[in-house]
Amino acid sequence: MRDVAIIGVGMIPFGRRDEDSLLDMLAYASLKALDDAGMGDKTVNAVYVGNMGAGIIQHQTSIASSLVDRLSLLPAAADVVENGPASGGSAVKNGLLAVASGYYDYVLVAGGEKMREITGWRATDFVATMTHPEVEYPYGITLPGMAGMFTQLYMEKYGVTREHLLAVTLKNHEMGALNPYAHVEMLLDRGGIFDSPHAVVNNPVAATPLHLYDLCPVSDGAAAVILCPLEMATKLQKKPPVLIAGFGQATDTHTLQERDDPTDLKAVTLAAQQAFDMAKLKPKDIDVAELHDAFTILEIAESEHIGFFKKGEGGKAAAAGKTRLGGQIPINVSGGLKSRGHPVGATGVAQLVEITFQLRHELPKDRQVKGAKHGFTINFGGFGNNVVSFVLKRTEP
Amino acid sequence: MAVDVELEAVLRPIQYPMPPYPPKVITLANGKKMVVRQAAREDVPAILKTVHPCLFIERDYYDVVSARLYGELLAYYRYRVKSAYCLVGQVDGYLVGIVNGRMETEKVGISYHTLAIDRGLRIGSHLFAAKMEYHIEYLGQEDVLIVAESPIGFRRWMIEYPLEKTNLSHELGGVESYRLTRELYFAAKPRLVVGDRPVPKSLLDQAKKEILYADEKTIRESIAGLKGR
Repeated sequence: MRDVAIIGVGMIPFGRRDEDSLLDMLAYASLKALDDAGMGDKTVNAVYVGNMGAGIIQHQTSIASSLVDRLSLLPAAADVVENGPASGGSAVKNGLLAVASGYYDYVLVAGGEKMREITGWRATDFVATMTHPEVEYPYGITLPGMAGMFTQLYMEKYGVTREHLLAVTLKNHEMGALNPYAHVEMLLDRGGIFDSPHAVVNNPVAATPLHLYDLCPVSDGAAAVILCPLEMATKLQKKPPVLIAGFGQATDTHTLQERDDPTDLKAVTLAAQQAFDMAKLKPKDIDVAELHDAFTILEIAESEHIGFFKKGEGGKAAAAGKTRLGGQIPINVSGGLKSRGHPVGATGVAQLVEITFQLRHELPKDRQVKGAKHGFTINFGGFGNNVVSFVLKRTEP
Repeated sequence: MAVDVELEAVLRPIQYPMPPYPPKVITLANGKKMVVRQAAREDVPAILKTVHPCLFIERDYYDVVSARLYGELLAYYRYRVKSAYCLVGQVDGYLVGIVNGRMETEKVGISYHTLAIDRGLRIGSHLFAAKMEYHIEYLGQEDVLIVAESPIGFRRWMIEYPLEKTNLSHELGGVESYRLTRELYFAAKPRLVVGDRPVPKSLLDQAKKEILYADEKTIRESIAGLKGR
């Protein structure tokens, strides 16, 4: 197996992009990544596209083939990877394996989703297609509904409070307001969404006990990375390559009810452990992490399951500022899904783009984790039934 | 413009007595204080300067809503609509949202339009709620007839309150009207109608001193551009 590096990244601002098609967005992000990599006349051997919903939302399939053609990368191999909200992470994993195996040298992985051309109701329904088709979906379950029940259980078992969730919301919006790629570049105020009686309108209940600002927005967006063997990456020398030092992927039961303990996100723990083992690192070695905070509770729960904090300590750590920039382990300095947005197929790739920015030390001071050497991501599919994680490592001293 | 006084007496509708809407202040999600107050007739020209750029924004039916609102406010300004009113939301003096309506009869109100300039802060929801508050609690009406021209409006009014469907026509045309009754209003009030009174003098003075409005580019961008995404 060859060591694989990220040699170029590209992303477009997430949000509502009425003017762009899904293919447009994927192409913009890919071109930026190719340019960032300084590919010149190097040939892209294969393209992997992470996408969950083009077949449902756009009534369009085979988008990887379309992207290759759009980018004039013919006759590169092309595959779409659909794995729910973990599609982006899965696509990168497949690209990584292709390069590591020695079969391909240069691989473009793009993730994208266009969700804002349908109503919020239909977008929620579309995301709910990942739930069990016989025992969950027919009964009207949605992902926010699942997250609400999960939060209630987590609160009862581990003492997580709304104050803890609020800390995640405020932090991620504070960082998102500084991120030009973020969908919601808006600072939130504790009074406006929590303390004031007016918060009942500003931040209504979405799925008890979660409120509006506990949920990520529905977004359009795309992100891309270029992968190649580390030993070849150094020859390109446009920007320092970032090593994918480890990855992991694990699954869990499709339905939450079949789990011994629904609050135990086993796939998160396993995927993270695999990535750490491969990288020969431990959670304490990580300088910056991008976690899958589709709901604020997930940032807290994942931070515990990964091993950044003990069970029951994640919420307190968030409230104590330990996950802020400059804290013990800065989490979602991009604003996370909560503020950057969550175009489902793009998210896993966007997390790696953000960590690459961090490890190349090229972000503005107000978002850069000083001296960051190791980064970590969790891309959470289903309700924790398919999770992909990565450990990234800076290659320069 | 010269006015023919005799004809004006014929053309100008007789108004129902309308008690004023008492101003209130609402803390928004970003912590900013939005003063909601009744606009005076002489405020209309300044308000129209904010509405005008929205005429050309197709997104979310801003063009339709703005064009109609522009005409309604002009008719109000020139005394060509009966018992109309306009409420505005201001943050730091800047106009961030507009709602309007009128009394059809002493008992029945007509909701016209809701236009949010700053988006993503539920300003439209707050101002629509203020409009309903005015009709039911201060004008003492029994019903308010409402139609929506955008999917956002339909979600915010018809679904969130929820409103009851009628077979009555609404003067804006379109689909048959929905209705907010007193009962529905008071049932929805705890979760949808907020605001503090009295408004601190400094805030109210700032709002009344001058209606500030952003330039056209900023308004278009805040609604349909990068910041509106």
